[in-house]
Amino acid sequence: MTPIEAAPVLELRDVRAAYGRIEVLHGISLQVPAGKVVALLGPNGAGKTTALKVATGQHPATAGHVHVGGRHVNGCRPDALARLGVCTIPEGRGIFRNLTVRENLRMATYGGTSESVVLDRAFHRFPRLGDRRNQLAGTLSGGEQQMLAVARGLAVDPALLLIDELSMGLAPLIVAELYELVAAIAAEGVSVLVVEQFARTVLGVADLAVVMQHGNVVASGVPSDLQAELSAAYFGASA
Amino acid sequence: MRDLLTVLVLALSSGAIYALAASGLVVTYTTSGIFNFAHGAIAMFAAFMYWQLRSGDAWHLPAPVALLLVLGVFAPALGYAIDRLIMRRLHDASPITRIVVPIGLLVALIQLASVIWPPDRVNATLHLFFEKPKGSASNASATTLSIGGVHLTYHQVIVFVVALVVALALRLFLYRTRTGIAMRAVVDNRDLAALNGADADRVSSMSWALGSMLAALAGILIAPILALDQVQLTLLVINAYAVAMVGKLRSLPLTVVGALILGLAIESTKKYGNHLPHAFNWITVDTVPVLMLFIVLLVVPQDRESLIGAARDRTRVPMPTVAHAVLAGAGLVAAAVIVPSFVHGNALGSVGYGLALAIVALSLVPLIGFAGQISLAQLGFAGVGAVVMFKVGADGNPLALLAVIVVCAAVGALVALPVLRLRGLYLALATMAFALFLEKAVFTRFDKFKDGDGAIGRIRLPGLSLRSDRANLVVMAFVFAVIGVGVAELRRGPFGRRLQAMKDSPAACTTLGLDLTRTKLQIFALSSAIAGLGGALLGGWRGKAGPEQFSLLQGALPGLPLVLLAVVGGITAVAGALLGGLLLALMPLVGDAVPTIRNLMTVAPGLAGISLARNPSGAVAQMSDNVRALLFRRRRDDDSGADGEEPPDDLRARLVPELVGVGGPASAAELRALDDELGLSWGRCDGDPADQ
Repeated sequence: MTPIEAAPVLELRDVRAAYGRIEVLHGISLQVPAGKVVALLGPNGAGKTTALKVATGQHPATAGHVHVGGRHVNGCRPDALARLGVCTIPEGRGIFRNLTVRENLRMATYGGTSESVVLDRAFHRFPRLGDRRNQLAGTLSGGEQQMLAVARGLAVDPALLLIDELSMGLAPLIVAELYELVAAIAAEGVSVLVVEQFARTVLGVADLAVVMQHGNVVASGVPSDLQAELSAAYFGASA
Repeated sequence: MRDLLTVLVLALSSGAIYALAASGLVVTYTTSGIFNFAHGAIAMFAAFMYWQLRSGDAWHLPAPVALLLVLGVFAPALGYAIDRLIMRRLHDASPITRIVVPIGLLVALIQLASVIWPPDRVNATLHLFFEKPKGSASNASATTLSIGGVHLTYHQVIVFVVALVVALALRLFLYRTRTGIAMRAVVDNRDLAALNGADADRVSSMSWALGSMLAALAGILIAPILALDQVQLTLLVINAYAVAMVGKLRSLPLTVVGALILGLAIESTKKYGNHLPHAFNWITVDTVPVLMLFIVLLVVPQDRESLIGAARDRTRVPMPTVAHAVLAGAGLVAAAVIVPSFVHGNALGSVGYGLALAIVALSLVPLIGFAGQISLAQLGFAGVGAVVMFKVGADGNPLALLAVIVVCAAVGALVALPVLRLRGLYLALATMAFALFLEKAVFTRFDKFKDGDGAIGRIRLPGLSLRSDRANLVVMAFVFAVIGVGVAELRRGPFGRRLQAMKDSPAACTTLGLDLTRTKLQIFALSSAIAGLGGALLGGWRGKAGPEQFSLLQGALPGLPLVLLAVVGGITAVAGALLGGLLLALMPLVGDAVPTIRNLMTVAPGLAGISLARNPSGAVAQMSDNVRALLFRRRRDDDSGADGEEPPDDLRARLVPELVGVGGPASAAELRALDDELGLSWGRCDGDPADQ
């Protein structure tokens, strides 16, 4: 096995990032191996979302390297990465509120998947979205909106799926349902990075977990080994 | 019955014109999120361009070639340039910047067109399409068509058909093609559109090119019917604002309905207008579109999306100390004493004019700067002040100023009452409608004043002659200084805090128990009173006044550039208002003094407005920032203990990723194998994104 074949789908290496003069990532490294679900955990303000934005090209890294599929992609624009096969579901509801359900899904076809395939996959998995295909997405319920967002990740069959705070503002039952779906997507061989503030919701489906605090990675490994680090990160006990 | 049919056919024909003009407006708004005030100006500019290419007096190209060049090359290029140079910076700008910058473009284009095609030297007219040249022997029936006993020219029929086709084609394009959907998606959520793989910058450039093309089409078709005139053509499209508002700037079918309503209203006013009872004689062809805009704004529920997407206004509001403010005021009065010794004649006239305008601009500081309420009607209120002065204080009785204040405050509150729930763009448009109404229906009712000959005396005090230029200038400087200190003081007091709170978060204010209605009425009344005072003094300085001084767009010193320059000066600072007013009056003077840059000076107010896209805080803030930065740097050099440099911004500049393997160099074959395994396709990365 050459080193190339073992390359992770996404790798951040010693990445630093800043907003103006304020540095928020102080050299973090993390990997998403092919076909695995990695959970990126940490309390408010740990730098999780910034790390995700660096990975998607939305925010520049001031130092370090971002690799996707073995390529150095620092400086790649988010739309270019998206067409390449990196699918990102951003924080909040990753949908266009003023577009209909169907038009939302149409926007997902930039990666090269045809419209009929996208619609088929999305409506097969979420019949409820099919019933509302001509409704404005902004008028769906919170859970349905998030389903629509996830449906995009499902329908375009990406190489890498990045999800930010899937659970935000949703009922626990719906969150559980959505994570089952993430697990199903991963089972098809898609590599997934999930950013979550509430660890318990995601640890069930994650193969690996990375814990961040104050802009540094403080622990990483198999979820069951990380309980102590998690408590420390969230409750401020000294590590 | 026959009459009714005539009106109906004519309404369809003029409705088509408005539909055409408004659909472009709707497209630009739905695909860029910016209300393009300059839409009419682009239409006008393109119509002139067409004249230049087509006319026998100019380059005399065949019509199809000229059409192709204007619609296919010039207009899209203009739209693309507008997006690249100006609008692209606006997608996270504050509401006031998003309104003022397109107005700057409007003013700049009008003035640029007057420079390139001076109305006094170029006699530009466009002929109707398929119109027989004059003097040819054909009879009327060759160029007209009879429908229901009404004669229509082929041109009118073309306009109707084009309007219909454009509306349908746009509907299909925006809702059925991926590029159209992407245009709407980019407005909705720019970042998400990029995460979906749409090139947001490219998509919005295309929207502006399309909007500009539609404007050009409307301009070329409307100009022969109306007149090829810089201001008239621009104003016609302003009438189309009402039409576009019917569809809340989003719905094309409703826009067409709105166009028919306006067409019907205008044609029936033309036909039956003089049968109206005397009390309603202010309903004329000129005022109908304005009234419709005002009514539509009040009736149509405000589109909440129009508030989303615009960033909060983060402009700093400077808070000078009382001592500073008083000192600056005293300095201004002293300058007013000295200036007439050096400046004479026309130049002195302009200085006084500028000072009076500065008082009007000052009325915007508490209104826009502190309270965040956008008004384009301030010069209209100033006109009301001048009218009151003309009526009761023509002899210069200072007590008349009290009447001015009372009347203007009342008018201001009266206007504020119906528009209380409007914000941002809707408020700007409503106040604009009111300014146009004042101009067309109110200022024209006073004899002498309506001819620009309303004599207004300078202020006199018992036993004190203030009639000389110097004394009058000092009076105005004194008034400005007193109000300026008052405004600065206001910001420090409880009322100023209430205004700032209202601007920052109306929702938070209501939960705190603040009465927003009262606050808004108060600030509108205060602001119009200041504007009215400025107007009365302006009339006194000139000795006479008329609608020309207080119009929105026409005339020597129109109202839109005033708002523009006040914002350019810095709408949150008293000094900004002074700078704005003086700039507006003095720029033409500089042009007269240095003829080589006269053209530049004519276009300057518009360009200054456009420049706001770069520094939205205004000139005064910019200058004080620069001074502060200079001082800071000097101090830092002394300390020599500076912290790190800011990271460079061009980190994202590269588009295509490097081919660097992880853990040592990799061969192309290895990378390809890896891509296959992961399902990545680098070929798509640098492919053509938008139109597949």
